[in-house]
Amino acid sequence: MYRYDEFDQTLVDERVAQFRRQVGRRLRGELTEDQFKPLRLMNGLYLQLHAYMLRVNVPYGCLSSRQLRQLAHIARTYDKGYGHFTTRQNIQYNWIALDRAPDILAELAEVEMNAMQSSGNCVRNVTADHYAGRARDELQDPRVWCEILRQYSILNPEFSYLPRKFKIAVTGSPHDRAAVAVHDIGLRMHLNAAGEPGFEVIVGGGQGRTPVIGKAIRAWIEPEHIVSYVEAILRVYNLYGRRDNIYKARIKILVNALGIDKYREMVEAEWAEIRDGVLQIDPAESARIDAYFAPPAYETPVDVGAELQALQDADTSFAAWMHSNVAGHKVDGYAIVNVSLKEPGKVPGDLSADRMDRVADLADAFSLGEVRVSHRQNLVLVDVRQADLHTLWQELRDIGLATPNIGLASDIIACPGLDYCALANARSIPIARDIGLHFSDSDKLQQVGDLTINISGCMNACGHHHVGNIGILGVDKRGQEYFQLTLGGSSNEHASLGDRVGPGLPQSDVPAAIEHIVDTYLDLRQGDERFVNTYRRVGMAPFRAAVYGDDSGQAAA
Amino acid sequence: MKQMLIANRLHDGTVVFRATDGSWVESIAAGTMIDDEQRAAQLLECSRADEAANIVIDPNLIGVIERDGVRVPVRIREAIRANGPTSAVDIAKIGR
Amino acid sequence: MALVVNGAVVADPFVRVADEDALPDSGAVLVSLATWQACEAALRQRTEPVGVLLTSAEHPEALAAAIDVLRLIALEFPTFRDGRPYSYARLLRDRFGFAGELRAVGDVLLEQLHYMERVGFNAFEIDSDEPLADLAVADRDFSVRYQPSSDGRPSAAQLRSRR
Repeated sequence: MYRYDEFDQTLVDERVAQFRRQVGRRLRGELTEDQFKPLRLMNGLYLQLHAYMLRVNVPYGCLSSRQLRQLAHIARTYDKGYGHFTTRQNIQYNWIALDRAPDILAELAEVEMNAMQSSGNCVRNVTADHYAGRARDELQDPRVWCEILRQYSILNPEFSYLPRKFKIAVTGSPHDRAAVAVHDIGLRMHLNAAGEPGFEVIVGGGQGRTPVIGKAIRAWIEPEHIVSYVEAILRVYNLYGRRDNIYKARIKILVNALGIDKYREMVEAEWAEIRDGVLQIDPAESARIDAYFAPPAYETPVDVGAELQALQDADTSFAAWMHSNVAGHKVDGYAIVNVSLKEPGKVPGDLSADRMDRVADLADAFSLGEVRVSHRQNLVLVDVRQADLHTLWQELRDIGLATPNIGLASDIIACPGLDYCALANARSIPIARDIGLHFSDSDKLQQVGDLTINISGCMNACGHHHVGNIGILGVDKRGQEYFQLTLGGSSNEHASLGDRVGPGLPQSDVPAAIEHIVDTYLDLRQGDERFVNTYRRVGMAPFRAAVYGDDSGQAAA
Repeated sequence: MKQMLIANRLHDGTVVFRATDGSWVESIAAGTMIDDEQRAAQLLECSRADEAANIVIDPNLIGVIERDGVRVPVRIREAIRANGPTSAVDIAKIGR
Repeated sequence: MALVVNGAVVADPFVRVADEDALPDSGAVLVSLATWQACEAALRQRTEPVGVLLTSAEHPEALAAAIDVLRLIALEFPTFRDGRPYSYARLLRDRFGFAGELRAVGDVLLEQLHYMERVGFNAFEIDSDEPLADLAVADRDFSVRYQPSSDGRPSAAQLRSRR
């Protein structure tokens, strides 16, 4: 993991002092709310339904056990004893007081964490593949470039007042676990014809009111040029992005309006001016940072295949967990363990302070002290010895974090929704809980197989519903909470946006509708075809008919 | 239908309701119910003054009905603000 | 309103000339881009300094040919949320080599002065009773800058490489 040097530490300490001053000015009335709001947003502080909400950056999803314990301490001391992990690998606290926020930021700075630019019209947390550095299919660990982009974007004086927020995601693997196609900039590592690793640069992806799959602006670029190229993209966006309408201000709108060819021309022209200047990444600096991501000293692998198989044969719940929650590791004898924060009936992505401490302990005991946050609102332990899998499973099971559902129907992604968020039209959490309970049977989960269900409480799409295999969008219909369903979305390397099933359904009808959709899939699938592929093969008609009673799209009486 | 004034307290973000004496209270039961439009407009003006005085943020009028002695905001969003998240039962259950 | 140029409070020597008004016979003048483009020849003839005020919709490449002639370029922030002048400032300093007074006017908040200095502004029209004190506070906010600046001060990466 990256460790702050004196420059990184001084910067966050100075930022805390600045924000403390700004809060003082606001409380004394020397700053109006209008003047203060962008300042507090750029320190991650929102005003929501119940209180202020603080969004803390987890850079490219990486946490040490010490940091996770501090997050638990903050939840206990300044909040109501829990936190919420988000679709951008961050953590949110829902019950924050403004006058205590500077103290929270100071405590975060003590463990090399911060909330800088986790909101605001600036570059947000750079997210990454949560298996970075460990996945078998990875070409190169992207975290060095994530850290370089993080430092490039933090308190960047030219790009702190962009037309709108700006999100970057990075994957070092061709199998995209970071949803790069629906980010403002997506970077996908791959080899060029000469076999050299570099980034495909995708631009103008996004969700919200106008979902767009990003377009390739450059097929391949050396990683050493990524900062100057990102600067060119940002500068053209800063200059020409719309500022007249906040719903038309993202870069996706600009790229659509100009067309990707014209936009590329403008970016490449700008890049030509700066590519050989001060923004070239100094190899010494990238080596310095990359050293922090060097693989740990792994033990000589022990073949425990037979033992693991025997344990699975003896216990079907262990077998189910192995099947769904454990992923292959690039090093023999090791495994990647997904810690499910999706116990049926619970709030997706929420974790109590006590359980955060337990996960930190388990990370120390079983995973070399490191924890990852997945954009699917789960945690990951990336360096678990295969010999420890059964013991770890028992420990996780004892604290309710071993639901065998990763990537399955009850691994629901849900935004906080109207229970917390001032922007929401409808509540997502009760829907998530109902659906989760509906799919609480492990056999049923496995029978249905890979199925992503995403719930957003409003068109801002923080639940990423456009790229869920089943998407659920909360809408306000005459003061009532209604939900529109979409099918066929996907956030991986075959990214697609979901298609609308029909008119919004009242909350009470949603679980049954999901059940009908899944039953239809089970009836129609061929072999072990996944839900999304069955949908792509057979189309909307049978699903629409199952939900509405006919395929005309008219709601059943 | 009656109305109340709701806002967030500036220094800690807590949801508060305007009481008869002009103070801002956390309990909806202790806030003042407003019967007529003219009074509502007057109190909204007073609330805006409180906003300018850095006591509250974003005061606004909400519709509230009284049901079996309990005050229930008409809009679900305000009901959630008054009573807390409907998922709150989880806070009690999460492993302590 | 106070005008601070290179760290000192000064009286503004430039007179702002509205588009519909005639240019004064003498004195330093600050004109709009439209006036500059319409009266460039006459303005170039003046012995006293000439400045141009750009709105946030006006890209500074319009002044590329006049960089050596203009003593002042003022960039307007119509609202503090409009971030275009930050890019204009960097381009003027780094791309077009403007070495004169680069002045931030309009909705200039104390909390943005730090960023403005780093992108190359050296003059500020600010609404403050104690402008130098406020500027000093802004200046002290951050000793570490991650990115290369247009104000000549080293970035963290540059300092690291010197270790």
